[in-house]
Amino acid sequence: MSVKKIHKDQPETFEFNEKSMEAANKIVSNYPDGRQQSAVMALLYIAQRQHDNWIPLKAMKYIAKFLDMPYIKVYEVATFYSMYNLSPVGKYFFQVCTTTPCMLRGAYDLVKVCKKKISEKENELSEDGKISWMEVECLGACVNAPMMQVNEDYYEDLNDKKLEEIIDTIYQNKIPKPGSYTGRINAEPVDNRKTLLGNKNA
Amino acid sequence: MLKDKDRIFQNLYNDSGADLQSAKLRNDWIGTKDILEKGREWIINEVKASELRGRGGAGFPTGLKWSFAPKEIGSRPHYLVINADESEPGTCKDRDILRFEPHKLIEGCLIASYAVNAHKCYIYIRGEYFNEGQKLQTAIDEAYKNKLIGENALDSGWDLDIYIHYGAGAYICGEETALLESLEGKKGQPRLKPPFPALIGLYGCPTIINNVETVAAVPTILKRGAKWFSSLGRPKNTGTKIYCISGNVNNPCNVEEEMGIPLKELIETHAGGVVGGWDNLKAVIPGGSSMPMLPKEICDNIKMDFDACVENKTGLGTAGIVVINNDQDIIKCMARIARFYKHESCGQCTPCREGSGWMWRMLERMAAGEATPDEVDMLFDVTKQIEGHTICAFGEGSSWPVQGLIRHFKDEILERNKFDPVVKKQKNIPYLVDQHLFEKENA
Repeated sequence: MSVKKIHKDQPETFEFNEKSMEAANKIVSNYPDGRQQSAVMALLYIAQRQHDNWIPLKAMKYIAKFLDMPYIKVYEVATFYSMYNLSPVGKYFFQVCTTTPCMLRGAYDLVKVCKKKISEKENELSEDGKISWMEVECLGACVNAPMMQVNEDYYEDLNDKKLEEIIDTIYQNKIPKPGSYTGRINAEPVDNRKTLLGNKNA
Repeated sequence: MLKDKDRIFQNLYNDSGADLQSAKLRNDWIGTKDILEKGREWIINEVKASELRGRGGAGFPTGLKWSFAPKEIGSRPHYLVINADESEPGTCKDRDILRFEPHKLIEGCLIASYAVNAHKCYIYIRGEYFNEGQKLQTAIDEAYKNKLIGENALDSGWDLDIYIHYGAGAYICGEETALLESLEGKKGQPRLKPPFPALIGLYGCPTIINNVETVAAVPTILKRGAKWFSSLGRPKNTGTKIYCISGNVNNPCNVEEEMGIPLKELIETHAGGVVGGWDNLKAVIPGGSSMPMLPKEICDNIKMDFDACVENKTGLGTAGIVVINNDQDIIKCMARIARFYKHESCGQCTPCREGSGWMWRMLERMAAGEATPDEVDMLFDVTKQIEGHTICAFGEGSSWPVQGLIRHFKDEILERNKFDPVVKKQKNIPYLVDQHLFEKENA
């Protein structure tokens, strides 16, 4: 259960734009008639993407009307799940995994770098307002630990130096390449692969 | 070591691409129609004969699960739900199936949905796996285009629609009934069982829920025969499994191996050994963070399958192996896992909601050496009061790792936590406030 604060400055109105509306209607059609409530999670994502990576209360009200369900049910869903941001985050949102498998391989070194180069506290914007960071629970790439997620991309096999490079690249308005930072391919053992060698050389 | 030709997931490291054409070279979608023509009974019996057990953690026999679905479609439609909400710390096998072997999964969905009479299949993917979900969607679109799924899939007369549903970062949605709640657009809080989802599941309709790895393995099992699959491993623990080896090893990796492979061989051969050598090993979590850890003495000999793990008071779970060596502070490691569970408790049952935070705070103090020796037993007592007193298995999942720590490393905790409250040291001071703690001989 995540504890979340609702942002103080809420926008006056919220409406889906054309692109969001099209995506929303497509999602609703995935579910049986009368079960449109199922689409609430996807619609919250759409609202979040449209509204600079966070969901205002007006968007929840709008979605409630859109799906013909009580506003409080939408509010419940938005506050229960941890991936919905209810207050503004940076354009580049760093999520550093610090659960045990990553911690064993030095995830807290990454946290130190974030504190030094982005902001002292979690969920605070960097000086130029571009980046914010937070610690999250297991992101499910444990054999590529330590790792983090920036918006939708995974950055794997990191260390403090590599992370500093990534942050510097973003400050220069470039998007660093996602994936492993030791040059390994996906989840194969580095220099020690003993299986499926026939496929590798084919 | 398992022979390469016996590996189900030939593209685990993406050597040859995930698209339909490459998938067909790996024998996906070849002979699928023949399998469907043999009928539901045959499919279910063959899966039963293969003794395939669910790969999501609980290890429930898959064939048996499928046979629970009503034989005929009644007034309510049936659903197939694929659980791709992989969030157990230490586990990352489903991710590689979603991005590199999506056609095995889709083919498995077609066979499974035919076997359980479902025309609709939902794949619930955790929200963080957005890119993996997009890759799966590409594969689904490809399959629709080639008439492998959709109306009259493969000219078999069976209709199947597959939809992806993204989660949003809740560990508890990996529990099957919480997953259904989440699919229905509610908070992911588990339901009481019974009724079981096979009869009353998604939207109150019969629903079969399977893990990604289970369903993706089914086509290969049916093509090569149940006999081949059950010849691997040992009875009741058959086949192959993807092991995820992470933590303090030289080459962390995912690898598919035979069930029942010795843990030591797995770590030494595939993961390049423990950092600092095998003697530097402290403990291993064998099946994702919910399973109790094993000290080195047991790790020397244990075989990795469901029953061997249970004999050693742990479980195979998802086969996410986390290796911890002597350079780490074991109590701190478990305190971090306890924090994970405190964060992820859904808050529905009081023992779990309150207890998970309690365990975390006590372990943090124990890691810092600020607890009293009595508190170790108290902590064990707390875990016992959570376990078995909750709606879902999260209660067990959060208390077992703590029990494992106390079972094997109690001495280490006691050595660090020698803090004694004042009362006990100066027992003879008569005016102490805590006099009720003394035994009153004459009272």
